[in-house]
Amino acid sequence: MSGITRRRAIGAAASAAAGIAVVGAARAAATAAEPGAEAHPGAAPDAFDEVYLGRRIQGAPSHGGGHHGAHGGHGAGYSVRIDGDELHIMRNADGTWISVINHYEPRATPRALARAAVVELQGATLVPLAPPAHSSPTAPSSPSAV
Amino acid sequence: MTVRKNQSQLTADEKRRFVTALLALKRDGRYDSFVSTHNDFIMSDTDNGDRVGHRSPSFLPWHRRFLIQFEQALQSVDASVALPYWDWTVDRTPAASLWAPDFLGGTGRSRDSQVTDGPFASAGNGWRINVRVDGRDFLRRSLGAGVRQLPTKAEVDSVLAMSTYDMPPWNSASDGFRNHLEGWRGVNLHNRVHVWVGGHMATGASPNDPVFWLHHAYVDKLWTQWQSRHPGSPYLPAAGTRDVVDLNDTMRPWGDVTPADMLDHTQYYTYDVAA
Repeated sequence: MSGITRRRAIGAAASAAAGIAVVGAARAAATAAEPGAEAHPGAAPDAFDEVYLGRRIQGAPSHGGGHHGAHGGHGAGYSVRIDGDELHIMRNADGTWISVINHYEPRATPRALARAAVVELQGATLVPLAPPAHSSPTAPSSPSAV
Repeated sequence: MTVRKNQSQLTADEKRRFVTALLALKRDGRYDSFVSTHNDFIMSDTDNGDRVGHRSPSFLPWHRRFLIQFEQALQSVDASVALPYWDWTVDRTPAASLWAPDFLGGTGRSRDSQVTDGPFASAGNGWRINVRVDGRDFLRRSLGAGVRQLPTKAEVDSVLAMSTYDMPPWNSASDGFRNHLEGWRGVNLHNRVHVWVGGHMATGASPNDPVFWLHHAYVDKLWTQWQSRHPGSPYLPAAGTRDVVDLNDTMRPWGDVTPADMLDHTQYYTYDVAA
């Protein structure tokens, strides 16, 4: 089990102390876009930096640096961090966003995406994923007909 | 011949054999290699770049090939096993037998979404989450929390009625059958089921939850039903499309299989009912 930092423990404890009802409310809040925020494909969202449910979430335009994903640019030039760890994000064609934590449910903004990830993490630490190897898990072979 | 059955119709012995084969693949490391492959493609398939496994026309043939490979891995453990499918238009609640302790186990507890019963509960049988997006190594679910309702039969029928397989721009913005089934547009079928299950199923590492295979076996069956309704509608695009797998292009990671090779499932498996 990976060590949990004191700050994260406090954040998790604070979230837990606030109760499960907060998680439900937070889930709804995280799903809703912040007022006035709309997805504009092509327009880079503004930077943000806040503490949400005891976790520091940051987002900022980036230019391909420090990205550990499959190939550069699918964060659409934007980077999101949770307590300093990069969250793998992707922009959809319609301007909405998904992350590796919430992959099948687009959010309107990177901030909403970061908040949704914090709710799901429940205090857990992000694990930086190794770059994809793009190799077959098993030796490529034609499936045999049966 | 492999016959894929509705999970609700499995006998106790069939459930036991399926679970035993899953646990064997988990123990020998093969299971996690499938999770890794899926997560690699989830992270690399992009709307404006190369896309193979998701948000593209090859979503359906790619997952068909992926499931055949997984099913053959299960059969290397127990030749009698076939992938069951979960018809979520019928078995719509956490009370369904699918989620019973003798099959997949139920939803996660409220405190941390940890699954606490069934063969894949963290406490038993060694179902440790190794390919993971965060520090937690136990299986998580929150059935019905992320979205209230699974898709209905009427919603499925509205998507099956769409006669064009896929359309430009061949991604998450597309109109047509494939993208409505995948769920980036319209009533939202496949994506919504991932969100309804929650926990690992909502992440890029969704195959960590064995229900992944039952969900995708049903999505695969819906493709077959669509083909039956629209016998004159081909896989699209046919040729020459940038970043997208055309009918006769090979698909990564295998390099030896095309969408054309995957259009007819009957040489690999059949279903317990007519499509």
